[in-house]
Amino acid sequence: MTWLVPLPVTIPLLGAALTLLMNGRPRVQRTVSLTALTVTLLVSSALLYLSTTEGALVVAVGGWAAPLGIVLVADELASLMLVVSAAVTVCVLIYSIGQGMADGHEETPLSVYHPAYLILTAGVTNAFLAGDLFNLYVGFEILLVASYVLLTIGGTENRIRAGTTYIVVSLLSSVIFLTAIGLVYAATGTLNMAQLAERLDGLPDGLKLILQGMLLLAFGIKAAVFPLSSWLPDSYPTAPAPVTAVFAGLLTKVGVYAIIRTETLLFPGGRATVVLLVLALLTMVVGILGAVAQSDIKRLLSFTLVSHIGYLLFGVGLTSRLGMASAIFYVVHHITVQTTLFLAAGLIEKRGGSTALDRLGGLARLNPVLAVAFLIPALNLAGIPPFSGFIGKLGLIEAGVTDGGPLAWLLVAGSVLTSLLTLYAIARVWNLAFWRAPNPAMPAPEAGRCPPMMIVPTLALVAFGVALTVVAGPLFAVGDQAAGDLSDRAGYARSVLAESASSSGGAP
Amino acid sequence: MTPNLVYVVVIGVLFAAGVSMLLERSLTRVLMGMILLGNGVNLLILLGGEAGAPPIVGGAPEEEMADPLPQIMILTAIVITLGMTAFLLALAYRSWAMSGHDEVQDDVEDKRIMMLAERDEGSGVADSDESDAAGPVAVSEGRR
Repeated sequence: MTWLVPLPVTIPLLGAALTLLMNGRPRVQRTVSLTALTVTLLVSSALLYLSTTEGALVVAVGGWAAPLGIVLVADELASLMLVVSAAVTVCVLIYSIGQGMADGHEETPLSVYHPAYLILTAGVTNAFLAGDLFNLYVGFEILLVASYVLLTIGGTENRIRAGTTYIVVSLLSSVIFLTAIGLVYAATGTLNMAQLAERLDGLPDGLKLILQGMLLLAFGIKAAVFPLSSWLPDSYPTAPAPVTAVFAGLLTKVGVYAIIRTETLLFPGGRATVVLLVLALLTMVVGILGAVAQSDIKRLLSFTLVSHIGYLLFGVGLTSRLGMASAIFYVVHHITVQTTLFLAAGLIEKRGGSTALDRLGGLARLNPVLAVAFLIPALNLAGIPPFSGFIGKLGLIEAGVTDGGPLAWLLVAGSVLTSLLTLYAIARVWNLAFWRAPNPAMPAPEAGRCPPMMIVPTLALVAFGVALTVVAGPLFAVGDQAAGDLSDRAGYARSVLAESASSSGGAP
Repeated sequence: MTPNLVYVVVIGVLFAAGVSMLLERSLTRVLMGMILLGNGVNLLILLGGEAGAPPIVGGAPEEEMADPLPQIMILTAIVITLGMTAFLLALAYRSWAMSGHDEVQDDVEDKRIMMLAERDEGSGVADSDESDAAGPVAVSEGRR
């Protein structure tokens, strides 16, 4: 069944080509992108099933065996991320179709939306599947280039200004990543991750630390870890709601995924533990304090996004199996919830005409469905039981307590504090936007009507987020298994090198 | 390739010039900085492989060939840089067309919040709006 592995990359790319050809025929474009992403979701689910039951699936692209050719590896972690990201992209696509931004009603050159969106998906899936450092870089570039287009779509002054910051920062992180790749190649003579896992161990300690630091720096910018995070709240909120939603859900998590790979496969042993834990604490606390200071829902949510990246780093930095498993669970939870919240913010903007808190009010009475669609993911984010956010945080805190070090305890305290402040921030949104009297400046009910095509996908994601609680047991088991496999580097290297040799049928 | 001084100095100069251009306000200069940085990185990657005869089958004995991998990676990186340069140029042009300059602006919202902080005020929204109490949603008051 290894032929399934490249499909999550190729299907969206083919879809992108088709939608580009169908320029100016929105109906066809919509059908093509919906089909492509639905098929991607199905394939990803199949990959998740296969990788949990039969172990990692490996494909040598073009039939060139592993150390020479490029491999795609679908292990549990990669396929789990694929499934969640595919589910999120499908929902956001339906939402954006509902919003009508795809058929040119709202702003100018939007026929480029569908191709760019599909290419973004292809980049994300490619980054998850990459078994080669350079292919990971290419995946990053694909998704970044598509994200530049999506962020500056329409070319309004605001978006150009925000886009410039975003693009320059992303380019810089790409340059750092590429430099690190050059140095890794010079030091080891390979970029295949399985082979790197074997060869990096033989390098001198100082050199290893430099390489690890450069990779973490590059991924830290993409993941919006605290001192490198200030680009995010400036750029994300200006984009159209569905674009912000998909960026918030996926792009930073690709960075976190790369950090997980670096810390487990390439440089195990936890030499960066202290740095990661300190940064995790700062990311959490500084991020959430930023959120508390905001008066615009989208910006507030961007800051909670930064803040909750800290939880993921916390789990990764602990280097214990429980910590890693909780971090994986938390990634799944956070992708879903953060996307849902941004979609809900888009609905609020549609109904209330703005996302500035001082211009909103009474939404709970005006649109109860919207209120539910915001409140449930918001409580989920803050970690109110029984939602998945609570389970994820509980796992992380338990891992921290098990670790028992002074820094781990500090992190436990920090995550509880962040959780409370998150609750404060969203309670403020709830009080101001939903519970007080309607603001007279808001549009009339007819003008602010939310199309069902926007509400249904949002509710679907809300339901998906709630369902994570129901399937928390099996999901945590998958995360635990993935965490176990991550610590087994020799097993990874063996399966990649052996399987790609057999699947290539003895090519040169 | 064994690193020789010329290469190392050239790479260092490219990086230094690139970084200092990157710190400018004007987007065109930032773009130039990016190009210089990109070229510096490309040279750095080239340093990572063995030098030698052209890596074409039959052209030379295998052990005398150059390492083709860094060259391929540089090729990919050049293509990506080219695309990025085109996009940034378009962005700078758009910025110039809209606002008459291509300078990277500070974030409006950041400035606003900084101003509020200097005046020691909250985030622009009073938490207990007085219009609340009179409104039909007085329920909320009870639950706070």
